[in-house]
Amino acid sequence: MEFLIDRLPLYLSGAGTTLLITLLGAVLAFALAMVVGVMGTLRNPVARAIATGYTETFRGVAALVLMYWMAFAIPQLVPYKIDALFAAVLALGLNVGAYGAEVVRAAINAVPKAQVEATIALSMSWWRRMRAVVLPQAWAQMLPTFGNLVIELMKATAIVSLIGVSDLTRVAQEQRASTGETVAAFTGALIAYFLIAQLLIVGMRLLERRANRRLGRPVATGFLALLRPPPATATGGGRR
Amino acid sequence: MPQSDPRTSTGTHEPLIRFDQVVKRFGSLTVLDRLDFTVDAGERVTLIGPSGSGKTTILRLLMTLEQVTSGVIWVGGEPLSHRYQGDRLVRANEKHQRRVRKQIGMVFQQFNLFPNMTVRQNITEGPIHSLGISREEADQRARELLEMVDLSDKIDAHPAHLSGGQQQRVAIARALAMRPKILLLDEVTSALDPELVTGVLDVLRTVAETTDITMLLVTHEMQFARDVSHRVLMFDHGRIVEEGPPEQIFGDPKEERTKAFLHAVLD
Repeated sequence: MEFLIDRLPLYLSGAGTTLLITLLGAVLAFALAMVVGVMGTLRNPVARAIATGYTETFRGVAALVLMYWMAFAIPQLVPYKIDALFAAVLALGLNVGAYGAEVVRAAINAVPKAQVEATIALSMSWWRRMRAVVLPQAWAQMLPTFGNLVIELMKATAIVSLIGVSDLTRVAQEQRASTGETVAAFTGALIAYFLIAQLLIVGMRLLERRANRRLGRPVATGFLALLRPPPATATGGGRR
Repeated sequence: MPQSDPRTSTGTHEPLIRFDQVVKRFGSLTVLDRLDFTVDAGERVTLIGPSGSGKTTILRLLMTLEQVTSGVIWVGGEPLSHRYQGDRLVRANEKHQRRVRKQIGMVFQQFNLFPNMTVRQNITEGPIHSLGISREEADQRARELLEMVDLSDKIDAHPAHLSGGQQQRVAIARALAMRPKILLLDEVTSALDPELVTGVLDVLRTVAETTDITMLLVTHEMQFARDVSHRVLMFDHGRIVEEGPPEQIFGDPKEERTKAFLHAVLD
C-alpha cells in the first residue's frame, strides 16, 4: 500500500495517458463508425463497397500489428515519422471504428420501416430523415454496444507500452523492474484500469439514460443504477 | 420540363387524381390490374373491399411508398409516378416525387409518430424543414391544429405518453400541418381500442365539414364512410367491382360480390 501511495503521481500520470489515448481513439472510432455505418445503409453500390472494404479490412488486422506498422513501417516508406501516441490512436481508432460501423449499420436498419414511411409522407429530405428521425432512434440502440467497445478500446490501449509511451502498463512495468515489487506494481495497474473502466461505464450509462428519456421511455434514476446493467428495453423506436 | 399534362390544355375538366392503366405486382402476385379511376378536387372517396383487394396499395402508390409496375398516376395534371423528359414520360426520380407529393398527406394505421420528438416537433417538422415556413408560423399552425383535435394541453408531451387515440389525432394534425390538397387515410381506426375510435372519427368529420381537402379513405367503419364520402369504390382482386354514391352502394348494391362483402362486414 505504501509502495503505491509513494508512487501515486507516477500511476496517475500513466492513467492520464491511458485515458487520453482512449478518448482520442474513441473520437476517431466514433467518427469512422458513423460515416462508414451510414454509408453501409445507402443504395449506392460504390458507397456500400467502400464501407464493406473498410470494415472487413480493419476488423481483420490486429491493432498491435497495425500500430507497429504505423510506427515503424511508415517511416521506411515515406519520409515522415508518426508520433508513437498518434500511431496508437490511429491503430485503435481504425480497428474499433470497423466494429462500430457494423453497430451503426445494424441500428439504422433496425429503425422500423414505418418511421421512414412517415418521413416520406412529410416529404422530408434524406439528410433531414437521417438527422431528425433515423439517427436519434438508432442512437439509443447503438449506445449499449458502444459502451462495450469503449471499454475494449481502453483495455487495448496497453499496447502503446510496447512502443515507449508511458501509459499505465508501462509505468507498472518500470516500477516492477526498478523495485522488484511485482505484486504491488501490477496490482496498482489493475486497480487503476478498473477505476477508469467504471468511469467510462458511468459516462456511457448517462448517455443511455438521456437517449431513452428523449424517446419517452422510462429510465432508472439514481447513481447506483448507473453501475448496474440497465433492464432490457424494447428495441427500435416502433410503437404498436 | 412541362408543368402539366398536354392533355389538360384541351380545356376539358381535369380530375385531381387519375390512375391510368395502373398495374402493381409484388412478385407473381398482381395487386392492381390495369386500374383506371379518377378523383375530383374536393371529393371524398372511400375504398372498400376484402383484404388483399388492393385498397391500401392505391394509397401507398399515391404517397410514393410503392412504385407502379406499369401505368401512370397523375396528380393535379402532373405525372407522379413518372416525369417528362422532353415529350416522353420516364420513371420519376426521387427529386420529382418529393416535389409532387408535397400536396399529399397520409395518416397511417399505426400512427407512426416520431418517438424522439414531442407532439409539437412532430407537427412542425414537415412545415419547417420540407415546406420552409418559419418556426413561428409552424408553431402557430401546430397550436391551431392541436386545438382542433382537442389536444392543446399535450403540445410538449412525448408520443409514448399518449393513448392510441390521442396519438392518431396528433398524426392527423401532423398531416394537416402540411396543408395537403389530398389526404390519404389508411385504416386509421383499425389499431385503436373501440372506445377511442369515436374521438378520431369526430376529428375527421370536422375536417370533412370545414375544409375542401380531397380525401381517400380505406376504412372498415361503414357508418363513417356513409356519412362523409361522396363516392364509394368497391374493390376485389385489384379491380373496381362497383362504384356509386354511398346510399346506393350500402343501400342497394348491384353486384353480388359487393352484397357478399357488405353482408360479411355489417354482421
